Amino acid sequence: MSPFVTRRIVNGIAFAFATAATAFGLIWLVWILWTTVSFGMSALNLSLLTQMTPPPGTSGGLANALYGSAVMVLLAVVIGAPVGVAAGTYLAEHGRYSRLASVVSFLNDVLLSAPSIVIGLFVYELVVRPAGHFSGFAGALALAMILLPIVVRTTDEALRLVPDQMREAAFALGIPRWKITLQILYKAALTAIVTGVLLGIARISGETAPLLFTALNNQFWSADVSQPLANVPVVIFQYAMSPYDEWHALAWAGALILTAFVLGLNLVVRLIVRRGRK
Amino acid sequence: MTSDEAVQLSRAARADRAFGLVTAGAAWLVLALLAGAMLSTAWGGRQAFEKFGFGFITGRDWDAGRNAFGALVPIYGTLVTSAIALIIAVPVSIGIALFLTDIAPRWARGLIGMAVELLAAIPSIIYGMWGLFVFAPFMGTHVEPWLTEHLGGLPGLGALFNGPPIGIGLLTAGVVLGIMIIPFISAVARDVFNAVPAALKESAVALGSTRWEILSRVTLPYTRTAIIGAIFLGLGRALGETMAVTFVLGNSHDLSASLLMPSNSIAAAIANEFTEADTDLYRSSLIALAFLLFIVTLIVLSAAKLLLLRINRIHGRTN
Repeated sequence: MSPFVTRRIVNGIAFAFATAATAFGLIWLVWILWTTVSFGMSALNLSLLTQMTPPPGTSGGLANALYGSAVMVLLAVVIGAPVGVAAGTYLAEHGRYSRLASVVSFLNDVLLSAPSIVIGLFVYELVVRPAGHFSGFAGALALAMILLPIVVRTTDEALRLVPDQMREAAFALGIPRWKITLQILYKAALTAIVTGVLLGIARISGETAPLLFTALNNQFWSADVSQPLANVPVVIFQYAMSPYDEWHALAWAGALILTAFVLGLNLVVRLIVRRGRK
Repeated sequence: MTSDEAVQLSRAARADRAFGLVTAGAAWLVLALLAGAMLSTAWGGRQAFEKFGFGFITGRDWDAGRNAFGALVPIYGTLVTSAIALIIAVPVSIGIALFLTDIAPRWARGLIGMAVELLAAIPSIIYGMWGLFVFAPFMGTHVEPWLTEHLGGLPGLGALFNGPPIGIGLLTAGVVLGIMIIPFISAVARDVFNAVPAALKESAVALGSTRWEILSRVTLPYTRTAIIGAIFLGLGRALGETMAVTFVLGNSHDLSASLLMPSNSIAAAIANEFTEADTDLYRSSLIALAFLLFIVTLIVLSAAKLLLLRINRIHGRTN
């Protein structure tokens, strides 16, 4: 065989491998989504939204868990997003080129991928142990800490994309710096910052590990964030690990709702980003 | 300058300083969060470290009844599942990156790339449920008997593949982890492949290279540092992944050579046992595990970031 033919064959094998690898990657996505939809659809009904999580052997819903999750995620955004935007502003604007900014920027990226279960234990030591009991507030705080690095990173990047001419033009008009940031740069970077927060919401909605030691769970309707709070991920975890069929069905329903919400949010963000590019 | 203007200017300067301080304070909070997580887990785990010393890492016994806590099994499980994950994810991710940069028709690249990235968006608890109810039985009935039959007889390596085909265990957990880190590695690999200067690739084309030769002799050597960084990023993710592993690893504290046996990982042990830990020493041992996990992932992720920074510097990006 001439060397040219061998090289073409090797090339063909490499292409076939790369195509197969991509198919391999996509099969899991399809398989997992198919599983979630087929198990989840049969468990979907209106009582999910009206009834509480049941004791073993009886039917019920996820009303308290959905509500608890919504409360904690919202609270986490209220706590985490402003801090994240402020820190991102420091990295891109007021602290740009400073040593603190480069250190924070580096460690923020490390935090972005750090194990969330450690954050859960940190909040356990910080809030739960001193208070003596689990609470929805502790859960929200843990989620806020996971949200924080995401918002910092996207705010930093969003502000860096604003052209310097805009800053220079504003300076030339004699506008003080804080006003430039608040009224001009934030306006220019708003879409990107919002997409960052939305991505963060998608991420923390599914977080389970940090809630195990902070919010724990609550079988009943509770709106009190100083007490243990029901939430969808921990309910899914406990019910899926249980031996009861009714609980499995509820776990699948929760899984479907969670997956639809998270993937939906991701798709919305991608649409916004794509439209912004045009 | 009139005195009114002077007052206005100094007021603006003061507001500027205040705004700068607020944002700097927020930046410090990021550092405080990292330091706080490290210090609080070190503090919470001090009892275990004091009592067991280095034996905490090398001890095989994890028995709450006898107050003996040696973390060898969870540490072993964490390392083995992460290794399996990398063995699967690295070649697949590079294949996906090659497909997305060179093979796929242009119109499909964005779409397929997005689909792969969605793998990273699926919450890990969903991976766990799918793993427990669908994938583990699949492994137990189809894959594991085959592995035992065909690889179980190999000298040396065979011990890895002998065991009951129950589906729950190190191998299944490693495969699920591998699937989970594919999108992280392939996204970075695709981006750096795209960043290879066109002149380099074109030179190789002009010399008559096939596209595989371009990849293996131009693209990969050029992007080597960043690819290693991407692998470290995937490793950091795999080490700390909790829920998916907790579902399919089996929560067993027995050390076994077989990959088909149930085992434990650091994160899974904490998730399974922390709320049940009834003594201070038990709780402290689990927090000590979290401390070890945090330190190791921080080192791995810092290495990843440093390696990825180097490629950015080559391209003159500053952040």
